[in-house]
Amino acid sequence: MSASDLPEQAPSAPGWRHFEHRADMGVEGAGRSPAEAFAQAAVALTAIVCDPAAVQPRVALDVACDEPDLELLLVDWLNALIYRMATERMLFSRFDVRIDDGRLRATIRGESVERERHRPAVEVKGATYTALSVTHDASGLWTARCVVDV
Amino acid sequence: MTGLMTNFTRALTRISDTEWRIAPQGAMRVPVVLYASEALVRDMDDKVLEQAANVATLPGIVGASYAMPDAHWGYGFPIGGVAAFDADDGGVVSGGGVGFDISCGVRTLHTGLDRAAVMAVQQELANALYYTIPVGVGSTGAIRLDRRGMDAMLTGGAAWAVREGYGRRDDLERIEERGCMAGADPDQVSEQAKKRQQQEMGTLGSGNHYLEVQAVTDIYDPATADAFALRRGDVTVSIHCGSRGLGHQIGTDYLKRMAVAAAKHGITLPDRELACAPIDSELGRAYLGAMRAGINCALANRQILTHLARRAFTEFFGTDLALLYDVSHNTCKLEEHVVDGRKRKLYVHRKGATRAFGPRHPDLPADLRDVGQPVLIGGTMGTASYILVGGNEPRPDESRSLAFASACHGAGRALSRRAATKRWHGRAVQDELAHRGIVVRSPSARGLAEEAPGAYKDVSEVVLVAERAGLARRVARLEPLICIKG
Repeated sequence: MSASDLPEQAPSAPGWRHFEHRADMGVEGAGRSPAEAFAQAAVALTAIVCDPAAVQPRVALDVACDEPDLELLLVDWLNALIYRMATERMLFSRFDVRIDDGRLRATIRGESVERERHRPAVEVKGATYTALSVTHDASGLWTARCVVDV
Repeated sequence: MTGLMTNFTRALTRISDTEWRIAPQGAMRVPVVLYASEALVRDMDDKVLEQAANVATLPGIVGASYAMPDAHWGYGFPIGGVAAFDADDGGVVSGGGVGFDISCGVRTLHTGLDRAAVMAVQQELANALYYTIPVGVGSTGAIRLDRRGMDAMLTGGAAWAVREGYGRRDDLERIEERGCMAGADPDQVSEQAKKRQQQEMGTLGSGNHYLEVQAVTDIYDPATADAFALRRGDVTVSIHCGSRGLGHQIGTDYLKRMAVAAAKHGITLPDRELACAPIDSELGRAYLGAMRAGINCALANRQILTHLARRAFTEFFGTDLALLYDVSHNTCKLEEHVVDGRKRKLYVHRKGATRAFGPRHPDLPADLRDVGQPVLIGGTMGTASYILVGGNEPRPDESRSLAFASACHGAGRALSRRAATKRWHGRAVQDELAHRGIVVRSPSARGLAEEAPGAYKDVSEVVLVAERAGLARRVARLEPLICIKG
């Protein structure tokens, strides 16, 4: 049995990264607040599909999710983004997120998929409850993570 | 995450060369049964056993929580997990036990051509298929369904597609459920799920989905191959895809509803991803209605893609494509199985596993009833695919069906996507395959790297173990000539 696919060390600064999952992909965002961690996790989600730096923030859309459990709210948020990516045929790179008492309100910015320029690698099917956590460390750094199905 | 964090590897007992067990411990109601060789067990990640053990704790589970030889870490259920539940015994239906890509599956078609005929126009045919089949992120289908059309598709499946002019009536005989899953309820499918599907009818998708042109290289069982009309050198077309955005959204919607309602139903979840509801509950019935609509969407989608592939082959060769069979991998189906000598109706979840009915099963088409069900095992771009047959004859104990008549579904990943992109580059993968005579067309270089053949387990070992375990028998081996990859 291999011990692969285990999450690496906890993040020490705001940002995003992917973590290992044998069949799918883990997304992780870190920030000084749950809202910032969620925004970073959203960048990690886009990075599964393409280079976020290649996505111009031309068009703004509003996203709203209401869910008192912060972990379930993360899944709702990522699924709302997946839904917008699929139905608007868009990719997103800027996420301004506010979370207040289980109410998430966000403005997301991006542009229509251009296959030649974005070179999208894979579409995301849905965010899962696997390896799902929203936590913070002693320094107040929040980390939001889960596995997404691709 | 679970109260069963003991070392499952240590608890694994070897029963035979191909069967391993974990006896019930903690909250497990039944044992875990894993079909694998020692080599496959060694390479399997621990999470497979942990997830299979978690499945064993669910209410109403019957027999055992099974894992197929290609099992790997999924979400909730392992990929390659099989579990059956009895509604009369408080059994549950689990959204996580079906997965997001409801009824993802494979269909294989005869071309009536030999390898030489295809290789003479290999590049041109690859280009024609690539431009005919909508593939990759952001691709859209040519079919737009209004509300009535969407509901008709969700109720009718491939039978709807045939009525709309995509294919022939005799295709339906060679599809599970004769191309139409009964009990679908489009009213239980959310507006979001229907909207997500609007532009995706007749699209292949991305990731591990593909359309391949393949050649038969080996025949293991001449009599069954004859019944399947397969000969060495024959060229086939295989299509691997699922229920697209609609299925993904049904999975998303019900996972949340089931996770939130679990406590109300008195269900303790060892992992939230195992979200489930009693079969005999409003939510359980709603999910079954929606999931069956998702199955129909997948069957309709593969039928439309078949129509597009036929158009290309007719233009090139003036030939038609005849359907060998169509199997689904991610489903929950009500089936009759003999357990401890008693016939029982059970809700069988197969997540990344193939139904594998043996001979004389009443659901098989008349001309395959004496033979058994074709079990189509997808390979990777560079490795073989296999066609197996359900049942374990010629063993004498004919009534014996293992794991509720299930078998593996593919190679199963050995490396994560991230690890694969670190190791390979997409163009190099494409060039290496071209060097071996396999033409690959894909919109994404990184997608190709993530799906590099080396990222998967050895499919030959997986099917050999499936055969030795008695899950299904090998009939033919196929090699790719052309691969259209999402």
